Amino acid sequence: MHKLLLSVTVSTFALIAGGTSAQTDITVAIQLEPPNLDPTGGAAQAIDSVLYSNVFEGLTRFDGDGAVVPGLAKDWDISGDGTVYTFNLNSGVTFHDGTSMDAEDVKFSLDRARSEDSTNAQKGLFAGITDVTVIDPMIIKVTLDQPNGSFLFNMAWGDAVIVAAESIENIASNPIGTGAFEFSDWVQGDRLELVRNDDYWGTPAVLETATFRFISDPTAAFAAVMAEDVDVFVGFPAPENLPQFEADSRFQVLVGNTEGETILSTNNKMPPFDNLLVRKAVAHAIDRQAIIDGAMFGYGTPIGTHFAPHNPDYVDLLANSPYDPVKAKAFLAEAGFPDGFTTTLKLPPPSYARRGGEIIASQLRQIGINAEISNLEWSQWLDEVFKAKDFGLSIVSHTEPMDIGIYANPEYYFQYDNADFQALMVELNATADPAGRTALLAKAQKIISEDYVNGYLFELAVATVAKAGVRGLWVNQPTAAVDLTVVSWAD
Amino acid sequence: MSRGLIIGAFLTLIFALLACVSLLWIPYDIETFQIPNKLKTPNWDNWLGTDHFGRDILSMVMMGARTSIAVALLAVGIGMVIGVPLGLFSAARRGSFLDEFIMRGNDLIFAFPSLVIAILITAVFGPSAVNAIVAIGIFNIPVFARLTRAAALPLWERDFVLSARVCGKSETRISVEHIFPNIMNLMIVQGTIQFSLGILAEASLSYIGLGAQPPTASWGRMLADAQTLVSIAPHVALVPGFAILLMVLGLNLMGDGLRDLFDPRIKNDRT
Repeated sequence: MHKLLLSVTVSTFALIAGGTSAQTDITVAIQLEPPNLDPTGGAAQAIDSVLYSNVFEGLTRFDGDGAVVPGLAKDWDISGDGTVYTFNLNSGVTFHDGTSMDAEDVKFSLDRARSEDSTNAQKGLFAGITDVTVIDPMIIKVTLDQPNGSFLFNMAWGDAVIVAAESIENIASNPIGTGAFEFSDWVQGDRLELVRNDDYWGTPAVLETATFRFISDPTAAFAAVMAEDVDVFVGFPAPENLPQFEADSRFQVLVGNTEGETILSTNNKMPPFDNLLVRKAVAHAIDRQAIIDGAMFGYGTPIGTHFAPHNPDYVDLLANSPYDPVKAKAFLAEAGFPDGFTTTLKLPPPSYARRGGEIIASQLRQIGINAEISNLEWSQWLDEVFKAKDFGLSIVSHTEPMDIGIYANPEYYFQYDNADFQALMVELNATADPAGRTALLAKAQKIISEDYVNGYLFELAVATVAKAGVRGLWVNQPTAAVDLTVVSWAD
Repeated sequence: MSRGLIIGAFLTLIFALLACVSLLWIPYDIETFQIPNKLKTPNWDNWLGTDHFGRDILSMVMMGARTSIAVALLAVGIGMVIGVPLGLFSAARRGSFLDEFIMRGNDLIFAFPSLVIAILITAVFGPSAVNAIVAIGIFNIPVFARLTRAAALPLWERDFVLSARVCGKSETRISVEHIFPNIMNLMIVQGTIQFSLGILAEASLSYIGLGAQPPTASWGRMLADAQTLVSIAPHVALVPGFAILLMVLGLNLMGDGLRDLFDPRIKNDRT
């Protein structure tokens, strides 16, 4: 009873206070808690979700539409042969500990990321760099071994943010960046707090404080938003509840696209999946629309290859693998499995995987493949599937932007080893001319689609549920990020 | 016979019947999903509606009844087959070192919170119906072992046992031929109660994803899957919820009724 009285008093007070000025704090929920706070050392997306653009910035950055725009670099010159990038840095930039950000820090960050013992999760981004030279405190020169059409794009990733030598030691627990928000407090298992950086070099943030909370359980997520415990939920985990929020005037629902190609990962080295005909049969046994409707309640775009459909270079290859169980059975018989076979289907926690997995298992049963489902936690999934490669099939969403290059790595967990594709990726990296890149990317998409490397299911949609008054949120997720720098409350 | 016993037996019989029928026939195949047909409220085609994959919920409940009953029955079976002989043996050798050893071993298992250990077992050996059976079964052992020993001890002091000994029967023969038949009533009562606990344990384990794995239907998992759908399609959660409730209620009523019927002390009070 006391509690009830108290909350009534508090909300009345909030009502009075609300009339005078706009709110300056925000509570944002995301599904997963970051394991540490070092975007340049950890692979977990949750690190970027919290820190990208808010606390850490790179030379370039992604805006909400996925375009690469200047970040700490004001502008840049590219040499005629495309191998030397000269960046002019913004002046007056300081880290949150007061030290200034200059070319030395950029050199330190890039050299650290590409060094032998670097733990950077995306070392490939820095692979072509041969030399980083400080010209003067505000100018830095980066030399590449060959032209790289996606270098500016690479520098916008969360893994390529600029850090300082002075504060690198404790970055995993006390991240010091240059962004519009400073890290303030992290109560593990509960919340992470950011406060506004009043000495920010660019346009300062509108919000004064931001609190991140971590809720992975769909039921708890629904309750937290409904009870208005959180102001925003980015990546709301239960698509079936979205219509309710849409119908409720207290909330707004933003559904956007992500870079998440959701695929039926197939172990290309494990028999019988080393047989192209078997993979082809699997691809023809999958009814994508049923998966999108059944697992995602209609949110998601079918894909026929490992590429984001909203990307201008996307090629629609859905025709390579239409839903056709009769054909699928024929392919399977041709491969020597007229009665099907038994394999494993290992599923991580998100509902697209758990629900999608049940649907796919049911679809595979139609052609005689018995996929035994085992539900894994993320850490188990990383150990068994990603590291030990002990799986037949799995379902996961690859949310890194423009990640078709993973197919050139035969060590990657689905173990696709095709020399032609690898040569194509080398050629692509060396091509800066946009038309040439488009042609090469189209070719690459075609190769993996016609090789049926994985079952291509759908492009993951991201749903953000927010209180009606929140402005400036990203609708799409071009990279894992909750950019709060321009977020504000309507008066 | 008490009214509770009749109601309890009736409820139990219904679910047992549903499970038996499901062996031969279910209204719809639950391994083929009909996604366009999802989340239908109860109607003439699907008497209890359909779930988020368009599966017929009545068929799911029938298959779930089968899973629940099979898991609980086998788990109680494990407990009885191991626990009862242990108890008989302990009672026969009462006071010996082996008696102490067996009973303290049982205390050890009993001291652990059963569901937590069941979670541990299924988490270590992987979630599956078999592991759920073993995990629940292990915790039934001490229940039966203790009860058997406690019930058997006074019997060993009775005259008919003494006369059997005079005839030269071994302890084992006396246990099997004279002690066991006299405690069977108790075992049936306890078995019924353990059976209802087994149903609950199976549902709990499946609810947290450690029981029978899909596509095997299970009430606990139906409930877990329906969790986020409560506000848009409440029947999907209510049906498995009521199935668990009614089945456990039925078994408990039946267990109580049977105890009233069998327990010699209560009988003596009445006469």
